[in-house]
This record gives sequence, C-alpha cells and structure tokens, in this order.
Amino acid sequence: MSRAGPKAPRTLAEFMQKALEMEIEASQRYAEFADAMEMHNNREVADLFRRMSGIENRHAEQIMAEMGWKEPPPPTPGGFRWEGFEAPETIAVDEVHYLMQPYHALTLALASEERAERFFAQMAEAATTEPVRKAALELMGEEREHVELIRQWMQKVPKPDRNWADDPDPPRYTD
Amino acid sequence: MNDAVTLPETAEAAGPLTAKDYKSAYKPIWCPGCGDYSVLGAVTRAFALVQVRPENIAVVSGIGCSSRIPAYTSCYGFHGVHGRSLAAATGLKVARPDLTVLVACGDGDGYSIGGNHFLHACRRNVDLTYIVMDNHVYGMTKGQPSPTTEPDWDSKLAPGGTGVRSFHPLVIALASGANFVARAFSGDPNGTAEIIAQAIRHPGFSFVEILSPCVTFRPEQRSWKEQARPSPVGPTGDAAQAARRLMTDDGFNIGVLYTGDRTPYPLGPRGTRRSIAELEAEFTL
Amino acid sequence: MKVISRPESQSRTGTASPAGEAATSISIALAGSGGSGVMTAGNLLLDAAAKAGLYGLMVRTSGPQIRGGEAAALLRLARRQTESLDDGFDLLLAIDWQNINRFADEIPMRASGVLVGDSDEGEPPEVFLEGGARFVSLPLKKIAKAIPGSWINMVALGVSGALAGIPAEALEEALRASWKRAETALQANLQALRAGIEAGAQIEGVPRMTIGAAGAAPAAPRWLLSGNEGTGFGAVRGGIRFVAAYPITPATEVLEWLAPALTKVGGTLLQAEDELASINMIVGASYGGVPSLTATAGPGLALMTEGIGLAVGAEVPVVVVDVMRGGPSTGIPAKSEQSDLSFAVSGLHGDAPRLVVAPTSIADCVATTQWAVELAETLQSPAIVLSDQFMGQSRAIVERPADPGFSAKRLVVEANAPDFKRYRDTPSGVSPMAIPGTPGVVYTADGLEKNEGGIPSSQARDHMTQLEKRQRKLAQYDYGRWWADIEGEGDAAIITFGSVTGVAREALSRLAARGVTVKLVALRLLAPALPEKLEQALEGVRRVLVVEQNHSAQLFRYLRAMYDLPGKPASFHRPGPLPMRPGELADVILEWRQQ
Repeated sequence: MSRAGPKAPRTLAEFMQKALEMEIEASQRYAEFADAMEMHNNREVADLFRRMSGIENRHAEQIMAEMGWKEPPPPTPGGFRWEGFEAPETIAVDEVHYLMQPYHALTLALASEERAERFFAQMAEAATTEPVRKAALELMGEEREHVELIRQWMQKVPKPDRNWADDPDPPRYTD
Repeated sequence: MNDAVTLPETAEAAGPLTAKDYKSAYKPIWCPGCGDYSVLGAVTRAFALVQVRPENIAVVSGIGCSSRIPAYTSCYGFHGVHGRSLAAATGLKVARPDLTVLVACGDGDGYSIGGNHFLHACRRNVDLTYIVMDNHVYGMTKGQPSPTTEPDWDSKLAPGGTGVRSFHPLVIALASGANFVARAFSGDPNGTAEIIAQAIRHPGFSFVEILSPCVTFRPEQRSWKEQARPSPVGPTGDAAQAARRLMTDDGFNIGVLYTGDRTPYPLGPRGTRRSIAELEAEFTL
Repeated sequence: MKVISRPESQSRTGTASPAGEAATSISIALAGSGGSGVMTAGNLLLDAAAKAGLYGLMVRTSGPQIRGGEAAALLRLARRQTESLDDGFDLLLAIDWQNINRFADEIPMRASGVLVGDSDEGEPPEVFLEGGARFVSLPLKKIAKAIPGSWINMVALGVSGALAGIPAEALEEALRASWKRAETALQANLQALRAGIEAGAQIEGVPRMTIGAAGAAPAAPRWLLSGNEGTGFGAVRGGIRFVAAYPITPATEVLEWLAPALTKVGGTLLQAEDELASINMIVGASYGGVPSLTATAGPGLALMTEGIGLAVGAEVPVVVVDVMRGGPSTGIPAKSEQSDLSFAVSGLHGDAPRLVVAPTSIADCVATTQWAVELAETLQSPAIVLSDQFMGQSRAIVERPADPGFSAKRLVVEANAPDFKRYRDTPSGVSPMAIPGTPGVVYTADGLEKNEGGIPSSQARDHMTQLEKRQRKLAQYDYGRWWADIEGEGDAAIITFGSVTGVAREALSRLAARGVTVKLVALRLLAPALPEKLEQALEGVRRVLVVEQNHSAQLFRYLRAMYDLPGKPASFHRPGPLPMRPGELADVILEWRQQ
C-alpha cells in the first residue's frame, strides 16, 4: 500500500480536535476494558484500566479547557485512523486477556503512549503552519513524559510468570 | 404504521444522539479480547450515524455469544430462540414498518440452524439489516465447528476436521436475492460502523458479514488483522460481476461488495379498506 | 377405568326413517370419480337447502388423488340446526362406482335407504346393499348427453334435490348464484338440473323434507360457512392483524380466507418458509404490538413448540390454531381426530403454562377463536385453538351467532413511566408491556429466565417469581361462562370437547325423548384446568363418561390428572377417521347408565 506521509491539519483547531479525539477514544477504550475485566473478576487490572481511563479523560479535559471548548467538536468522519484501523493512542480490542496482569496492561499502555508520541512527532514534521507545529511538539513532549511515567510504573509491578494464562478450568457454556 | 398499534405522542429530545446514547448500562459477558466488543461499538456508532431514536430501533437476535447484543444497547431488544431471529425480525418489520430493525447473531445461529431462514430472508427482501458476527466456530457451546469453519480445523466433535467445505455466506446471500452484501472486520470498528450505517440506509435486505475473532476458541484468528484488507474494488450493482468477485474472494475483502436495486418487500396497508361487517356479509344468507 | 369400545359404527337406537313420511332430517351422499363434479353438486345442494330455509351440514371425503379421484359429498339437511352427521344415509347417489367402496364405512346406508346409480355404470358395490338398502337405476349419463354443454353433476343435483324435497326454485337459484362461466353453459345446465329434478321425482320411497312456503326463510338470520372460515372471521373480529403461516391440510383454508380479509382491514398475511418461521414471525410481530396468529395442523404444531415456548417465556401473546387431523406423524391428513389434546396441554419443555381452547361446533369456531385472541392478549400468553378437520372443512348452515364482543386488550405501559420493569410481579401476574416505539421504557424480551427488570437471571428467587407469575396469571383469570357449555340435568354426565359436542348433544336429545336425562359438559377451555368450576358444574353428578375421538383417551387421562371426578369415571373413545354418530353414542350412554 502506498504511504504518502500523513498530512498535518492546517489550523490549530483542526489539530487539537484530532488530539482531543485521540484522548477521548483512548479513555473510552480503557473504560470498556475496565468493565470487561471487572466482569471477569480481574479486579487489579480493572482498577488499572479505570485509572488509565481517568488519566486520558483528564488529558481530554485539559485540551478542551485550553481551546475553550464546552463540547468536543464532531469526530473525524470515517474515524481517526493512523497506522492501522484506529487512533494512535487506542489499544486494539483483541490485546486483552481475562487473566492478564498489571504488567501486561502497562505494556499495552506503554505501546499506546509510544505510538502517540510517534504520531505527534510526525505531525510536527509535517506541519505547514507554526501554531500546529508548536502544538505538536508540545504534545509530543507530554507523551514522552507519559512514556517515562509508565516505564517507572512498570518497574514497580511484578513480571508475570510463564504460565500466567493457565486456567485449569475449561470454558463453560451458558446458553 | 400498523393501525393495531397507537403510540404515545412524545416530545423530541434536544441535540443529536451520540454512540453513547445507544449503549445500555449492562456490561457484556464476552471474553475480553472478543471481536464482539468492537461490533457493539460499531453498531452504536452506526445508529448515531443514521440518527434514529433508540426507542424506534429493535435489535433482534438468536442464541449464542453474539446474540447477547440486544441488551447491551438502549434500543428495544428481542432475544429469541436459536436460528430464528430472521423470522422474528421479519414478522416484526412487516407488522411495524415504522421501526428500524437490526438482526444480529453469530455464524452458528445464522448459517446452520438459521440457514433456511437466511435464504428466504434474502429472497423476501424485507427492509432489514442483518449482521452476522462470524468467528468460524460455535463459541457459546465450547468450540464446535460451524458452517464457516475450515474443513481441517480440529475439534472434539470433529477430530481432524469436519472435511466439509465451509459455507460461503456472501455468495449465498447474493444468489438468494439480498439487496446489499458487505463484509466488515471487527478490528476496524470505524469502518464497520460506516458499513452498518450504509446497510441500514439501503432499502431491502442488507447483509453484513462481520469477521469477529473468537479469542477463547480460535486464538489463531488474531492473525485476521493482518489479512483483512479494504476490498481492492468498490461495490458493484451488477449481480453477475459481484458473483464472480465473491466466488473468487478469499474471505478477507472488507467493504460494501454489492448494492442492488431490487424493489423491497411491500410494507404497509394495501388495497381498499372494508369493515368487519362487510366481511360478515360473505357468510350471511 | 371403564372403557367402552365400539369398533363398528352401528346403532340400535338410530331411527330408520319410514318411507314417504315427512322427515326432520335427511342424509344424502353424492359420489363419483374422475371429474364428475360431486363436490360442486354437494355445495350447490347445500346452498339450495339454505335458500329453502333449511339447516344443514356438508362433509367432503375423497381419495388421495389431486384431481380425478373418487369423491363423495356427505350432506345432512334438517329443519333445525344440526352439528353432526346422522347414523345412516337415506340416499346415496353415485355418478359412477369407481373406488366408491372406499367410502363404505363413511356412508352407512339405512335399511330403508336408496342407492341411485347410472344404469350404464354397472352395479353398486355389495357393501352398500348389505344393510337392506335398495338400488334404483337412472340413465344419468344419457340424460346429460342429451343436453349439449351440460354436466352430469347437475343432473345428479336435480335428482338428489328432488328426492330431498328441495323446491326447484331454490335449486335453480343456487345454480345461478354460483355460475361464473358463459351464459349459454348456464342455460344448458339449468336444463340438466330440471331433467334431473324430473327424473328424481319419479323415485319412490325416499323421505322428503317438508319445506315451508317455497323459499320462506326462517325467522332467525343464518350463516353458511365452514369452520375454517369461521376461525378466520373470529380472529379478525377479535383483533388479529398479522398472520404468518405455512400451508398444511386441513388448515390451509383458514389462511386462504384470512389473506384477502386481513388486507381489507389493514392487516397482513405472510406465507412463511416453514412452521418454524411462522411461529417466530408471529412472536416477533406480536412483540411489536400487533395481535398475531398462525394456523396449522399436528405436524406443524410439533415444529412450533419451541416458538410457543418462547412466547410463554417472553410473555408475548400469540394465537396458534391447530386444525386437528389423524395422527401421529403424517397420519391421515384429510380426516378428523381429537388426538392433539395431550400435546396441546402439555407439549412444551419446562414448566410452561399456556392457554388451550376448543370450539364446540362450526359456528362456535368464530366465538372461540375470538375469545382466544382476547385471552392471549389480556394474559400475554400463547393460546392454542384446537379445531379439527371435521369442523374446519365442513360447511354448515347455522343460526347467526351473536358477537360475544371479545377483543384484544393488551396491558401497555405509557411512555417514560418511572421505574418500569417489564416482568414485574403483580397480583394478577400480568405486567404492563412496552410497545416498541415508546420512549423511556425500552427492554429486551427474552426466552431466558429473567428478573423482574427483564435481565437474564439464573437465581432461584427470580425463577420462582417468574414461574409463579406465569402460572398465576392464567390460573387466577376469570374465564366467565365461556369455559364450558353445561346443559341438562342428571346424576350422570358426559364430558367432551370439540366436534364430539354436536354428536353428544344429539345423542342426549334422543335419550331425553325416551325419558333418560344426562348432563352434558362440553369444555371450551382445556388449559389451564379449572377444578373449582368443574366441581360446581358436576354438583349432584355421581358418575361421568368422558367421550372423545382418539385412541389413547387423552381427555380422560388429562381430566383424571387435573381434576377429581366423581365415582368411577368411564371413557368412551375411538380414534378417527370415522366420525362418531349420535345413535352409536346414545347406545353407549344407555349401556353405561345401566351398569
């Protein structure tokens, strides 16, 4: 598939709309994961995902405050896709597992922050207007900070052992 | 609208509806990682794209993991018996043409026990939207082969594989007269939402097969995200052309593949109205 | 249990109509094969009788061929409304005798009976003459041939009409009214009819009906209809506006009547791909708020059970008409039997209460189906209507039944009702339903067990609550006086249902004329069982005889399971395909009384 580099939005508003959309989608996806983990009695990871959802939500609120937006602008028609089917900071649905451990969750979060950082770097490079370039660099810096935070967090959680996914019980059927 | 039903007058709510307005408070029981989570998101996003109020949408399903979906929406739901969702939906839509009816189930429910109703629903071309979450397996009953399972997939009920050629639902749908045939992939929820919205808007019977991996019984399906690709060509309205494409399709072309222009099944009252007394006159001596 | 069996249908008390005297009822069979048109002739004879102010009943019977097969029209004409065939036939007119012996059991000839046949078609089968009936020969074919463009069945119509004493005017009017082809052909056939009348007038010894002033209509307004048509009409009048169905003998005519009728009242009939689709379609439509119905026979009902169970579990009203036929399995499709009772009252998996009603006559098909609609809608439950082939496919002249006024009255919740719970436990067991399109009260209907809010639940408390609710809503309902017809007095009672009711009524009326009084309880509501009401109905009764048309005494066993019956209950049961006859039943009752 041909890859012309992504075009950066021209105006700051357009650019910040994308950034906001990223945060909102990420927040929603983390919340969905938290619900799914709760339903599957993986309390630890549920709480972790809930925290992540809250963090992303705060980023979203920050953007809205900065831009003076009361409501988020309408999302990208057809969805925001970057290097795949979804937005840079969104973790794919199939990456989670009911027995996953906090370390796994943080690995996913780390990857998503790294993608976000890469995205903003690309935006900064492709920016054709100064406000957009400045904003992209700023956000890139923030994402780098997030990456660091998560790395540190990962130091504090135990690494999973090899048979973390072993469940002696077979699947049940219920209908 | 059918005369037998009188609905209350209600005030219109302010502002456009978003995907969140179509989600209920109930948390799905699907295994984390299941493609159906994305499909639920896509469905709610699709409803937001068409902007029909939740109370004017009915989600009809059968039995299986995918069929759990109605209760996770804030629309009217009908969770019926195995394989009969198209029949229930047909009756509902013909009796209540004013409702938007989405039928949702899995490949076992839809293509095995529901196979006969699938053929006739395509033929009948009632204005319905049918999404089948296909994971090539019977998930809820612990991993038996389904009609779309590859012939050599090993399982307890069919060790070494069934050896039976898998079902090609898109070809069957086209041949039976479906007016809209598409394939989607749960890994692309935005694209799936667009396709479902288009399907809802398209008149007649719209069929969307959604590849939706089963993380518990078919973990190897994680590779689908590498295989699924946008269809190299756009949709065609030529059934013969669509047939050729679908017969040679490898099962991973994503997009709207066929849009037909068959007249949908006629809905709503027809002919001259008569009274019950006039019916009685037929017997009167 | 006392079982009285009576394999042969012969009566000792059946009255032999003396020749030449005015009759209160006459039984005529028209038979023929290969396109001779006996069904048309039979229908016209019934039409003519109606125009002459008589009552009557016509049953059809035929071989398995699609066309050209042997067929017979079995008629009973009478001065008062009649709901069953008589014990024997006074007249058998056969255009030819090919394979007519297949109908020997269905056409028992009286000793005083007359066979009329075409001289050129040979002798009638011995079996029809064994009882003492005599044979008269007429050149039917020659008569028809002499009138170019005429049909032989019109000659037969004339002969039989004259023998029955139907005025010529009534016969001619019936022919004219039905005629859809060319005028010239009509004239030819009127001529043939007259020729037949003339020929028939010559024959002695057949009792003629005494008709009042020619064409004088009796005071009461009357209908001419089949049970299947009546079922359709009752459904529409009760409020049915959606039907999905798959054709099956002997229910197809219900659908054929409903298809144009529903369109006329703003409803729809949809032909489904099979019965599995039919039941699920009507559950879906009813979930959408539209009263819905399907009609089928035994094999179709068997396919529908899962869907009926879904209606029970999700509390969705539907009406399922079962026009019973010979079973089991494919059985005898074109013959009547009452052998789906057990299946109807208990044939669902799980503890699944449901409504089962059974019309007692052709006319009653209207009111009972209408009642079923009201019951289903009020109680949010499936209602099975047990009709049968005899009522469904026979035509009868009946007094116009009054409109009982039953109609669909669903309990519905208003928009945005606070704290709406679809399956809320209420004293009556009926909870208000949300109709799709109503805001603020959305819910998901489910076959899964659920809590009051409708969320699937496997909790003991929820299961018990819902089971109790579903049972209570049917058990506590006031069914009024429609649950049964209770007639007569006495310390002995007959309990029956469906088309056997007509036979029982006539048997009891004959016995009453001889000073023997027996009570009749004809059940219209079969499920749920109503022990208190039956106890009341049977007050003073010391013994009961349960009468039914099936091999395994289904009603007898059901009543014994669900009710306390007085004394030592006895059973008289016989499977189809032959109808029970009043004389035969009267004999059985007498014998039982004497024990």
